[in-house]
Amino acid sequence: MLKSNKKTGLVFFPAFDWAIDPTHPEREERLLYTQDQVSEEGVFDIKGIKEYKPDLVTAHEIRRTHFCVPDEATITTKSHLISAGGATAIARAVMEKKIDNGFALVRPPGHHAMRISHGGRGFCHINMEAVMVEMIRQEYGVRRVAIVDTDCHHGDGTNDIYWHDPDTLFISLHQDGRTLYPGSGFTGELGGPNAKGTNLNIPLPPTTATEGYLYIIRNTVLPALEEFKPEIIVNSAGQDNHYTDPLTNMKFSAQGYAELTTLLKPDIAVLEGGYSIEGALPYVNLGIILALAGMDYSRVVEPDYDEERLKQSAHVTDSIKKISDVINGYWHRRYEMREKAGRHGEIQERHREIFYDTDNIFERQKEKVRVCRDCAGAIEIDSKASPGLHIMAIHIPINACNACRETGYEMFDRAQKKKYDKIFLQDRPKDSYIIK
Amino acid sequence: MIIGLDVGGTHTDAVLLSENGLERDIKVPTDTSNLFNTVLSGFDLLLDGIDSAKIKRIVISTTLTTNSVVQKQLNPVGIIVSSGPGIDPELFRRGEHFYAVSGSIDHRGRERQPINRNEIEQISEKMQHAGIEYVGVIGKFSPRNPAHEIEICEILKKNFPTVFLGHRVSGNLNFPRRISTVHLNTAVYSMHKNFFNAVNDTLKQKGLTAPIQILKADGGTMNLRTSMEFPGQTILSGPAASVMGSIHHAPADKDVLVLDIGGTTTDIAIIVNRAPLLEPVGIGRGKYKSLIRALQTTSRGIGGDSQVTVIEKYIEKTDVEQNGSETISRKKIKALKIGPDRQGPALAFGGPALTPTDAMIWLGIMDGGDKKLSEEGLTLLSEALELSIDQTAEKIFYQTCTTIVNLANQMVEQINSKPVYTVHEFLEGYQIKPQLILLLGGPASHFSDAIQKISGIPTMAVPHSSVANAIGAALARTTCEVSLLVDTERGVATAPEENFTATVSTSYRKDDAINTALALLEKKAVNSGADLKNFEAEVTEFQSFNIVRQFAPRGKIFRIKMQVKPGLIKGFSHGF
Repeated sequence: MLKSNKKTGLVFFPAFDWAIDPTHPEREERLLYTQDQVSEEGVFDIKGIKEYKPDLVTAHEIRRTHFCVPDEATITTKSHLISAGGATAIARAVMEKKIDNGFALVRPPGHHAMRISHGGRGFCHINMEAVMVEMIRQEYGVRRVAIVDTDCHHGDGTNDIYWHDPDTLFISLHQDGRTLYPGSGFTGELGGPNAKGTNLNIPLPPTTATEGYLYIIRNTVLPALEEFKPEIIVNSAGQDNHYTDPLTNMKFSAQGYAELTTLLKPDIAVLEGGYSIEGALPYVNLGIILALAGMDYSRVVEPDYDEERLKQSAHVTDSIKKISDVINGYWHRRYEMREKAGRHGEIQERHREIFYDTDNIFERQKEKVRVCRDCAGAIEIDSKASPGLHIMAIHIPINACNACRETGYEMFDRAQKKKYDKIFLQDRPKDSYIIK
Repeated sequence: MIIGLDVGGTHTDAVLLSENGLERDIKVPTDTSNLFNTVLSGFDLLLDGIDSAKIKRIVISTTLTTNSVVQKQLNPVGIIVSSGPGIDPELFRRGEHFYAVSGSIDHRGRERQPINRNEIEQISEKMQHAGIEYVGVIGKFSPRNPAHEIEICEILKKNFPTVFLGHRVSGNLNFPRRISTVHLNTAVYSMHKNFFNAVNDTLKQKGLTAPIQILKADGGTMNLRTSMEFPGQTILSGPAASVMGSIHHAPADKDVLVLDIGGTTTDIAIIVNRAPLLEPVGIGRGKYKSLIRALQTTSRGIGGDSQVTVIEKYIEKTDVEQNGSETISRKKIKALKIGPDRQGPALAFGGPALTPTDAMIWLGIMDGGDKKLSEEGLTLLSEALELSIDQTAEKIFYQTCTTIVNLANQMVEQINSKPVYTVHEFLEGYQIKPQLILLLGGPASHFSDAIQKISGIPTMAVPHSSVANAIGAALARTTCEVSLLVDTERGVATAPEENFTATVSTSYRKDDAINTALALLEKKAVNSGADLKNFEAEVTEFQSFNIVRQFAPRGKIFRIKMQVKPGLIKGFSHGF
């Protein structure tokens, strides 16, 4: 009988009865051919590969990450809770050392969901990876986490959630925001004053091929991980960099994904986007599973793979090298940049406008953060959605210093009920969530 | 009247049933080196003084195939696989004559690379020179499109009249299991054919004209002709016979655990609303992993004749002091080990080792044998355990029952935690909660009180429990399954197992799919020897998907599986 070299866990939840709408890319059929390929290969019979049933995440678990407006039940469906629960099921099995690593093949995706969620953005309502990471922190006492988002779209939701957290290294590789949704994730977006440099955005030019992806992994991502020394590495494994994806313009391949996985060695991979459901997903998912399990994937090649056509042009290679150098420079100067970004104890403010393409909502945010050299800093966010509610959200980070805990409660006390529809306090050290 | 005969590892049981119930039952020892003689002596004893013209149905369950797998006595055969992208097919090699050839079909059944005819012709010559008689051909995704398997078979025909094809064994996707299944069919074919042709001829000479039916692992039967194409399906039919023998005693709308406690092993199965649970893909146990439809059973080496010994093991003990500090100490204790080995019968019956049966004899739960011999064994053990003989016997009996109950609970838990793929199933998924335990097997009746007490579930031994397996074989319905795939974008409905292809229009609906599948199922059941008055069809799987390309709907995919529900034939269930 076939045996894997590593113990790998899989959650497979294709949600065959759930779609955003019948012809939407995020529909029932999306993982059908992946299921066929994985079943036909006999993957679940391989000794060492174990299939897990997803959990159903609770409102309490979501409230460690998000402020759902008006509440969790209104903006999520059961499918979202199971999808995030797929990630937490794998994470628990990894943390309890039942498996060496694991892959949650779930839908719908989550990496565009931000800290405040008024509804669906980029097919996402709640952020699976963040809900999972906060579960790991709460239940297993893990502090340092790296999330490497290899979806072709900027992981702006995850980026937003960990924007101020120096204990989370968030790296997103994506197609240049000038050419693709959500239009963000430029090299200068490095995180807030408390976490400058632990957010790395790596925009890649259209037609980046396998060679370019692996160059960035080897020359930028791996060295940063090496220095950051995370306790857990998470891969947001979007599969829309594939050369057949209908929504993007890249030239990545199944072999490339498998190789990337082998290099990155994620503890937990979570499926994000990827909409070439016949030409890419069956092969890419198989490649990732075999790579995680430490098995030979050399024969996992798309039937229409054409090496000549998928070569990377010289000017793309050049610009990738330049981007890599720029990011490496930021990474090396991260402490210096953080010092310059603000004075300990001061409050900094930023204003943002966020569009929810899936649910057609427009949101304005005024965010205040306490610049802090001892923790990730207390945050308050004044958020007004139209259509929607006007809320105030206050976040006290999990390893908050006393000053930031006090600041958080002052922010909460100061917020006036008559001004907001709802006021939320997320007290991570106490694992509590208060609504007034 | 009808006959059921079940060849087991130690005994062969046979029953004669009439409309009035059990007319006669016999038990003969199984001679594993000559199963043919065992079967014939079973028939001779059973039919002594009976008019053979009155026999209308004969069902046989044998361990022929199971034994040949266990004893690694499979004939060398040729295997040709064509795979395309994915895991290296070389990893699934079976024997010396295993050839991975070019040709590739994708997940939707489209050809991605053609077969190379020259390559196949060369392999064909080579196998013929090597004296290979039978060949199996397996293509990846052949249940989606069997064209390559058929093409290869055509080329092989001139050298090999009997070729086994992958798409014929199951509509389920699992290439490695398809290879195993076809390999098994190919490798046991000549043995199976010789055995059953001999049995058939001999029974005919005895005036038994009723067609022979053979029990399958799914608790259904097939006729001789069908068995020649799928001889591997007779594997593990023993546990299936027992489960079928208990169905009559399972109430409707209840979840029932069936425990077949034998001398060496205990087999566990589950019946829901009078239908046995089937394995989702096919037999899932270790070396039997295949696409062969089977009842979901778990088997463990614990039974009435399991060897009982004393072992030493370590346990960890945590002491918490008043100040909160913990001390973990490792302590060596003496513990009982029951099974998985069986050395022979119980001491009381002249066997070589102490067994749970000895404990039961000592405790007066069971009669028979020489109690003195049991006592000697128990005395030795009681000294090692520093307990009295009574306490030792109690402990053995209690641990045997507890182990069996725990195994059953584990199986239920495992089935209940099986992943599902839709939100609906996730939220509404059926959870098995056993409300009754049925016990089968020789020592069954002696266990029922203790098992009821330990499990907290009402427990009863099935009447005639020592021949319930043969009764189950006699009463088992003829079963089969069909898988229909409809792809309205490609305009085809196919059931490759049935050699069925039809063109469909985009207006094809769910009802059309169900009607097509039902017609195919009925035809297949009749061909396998079914009597349509026992025909009970059910849809076991239905999926429908919209095919969307460039953001526009282009068609639908329907996937439907339908089966003849495993169950009992009508008219013979009185008097049990």
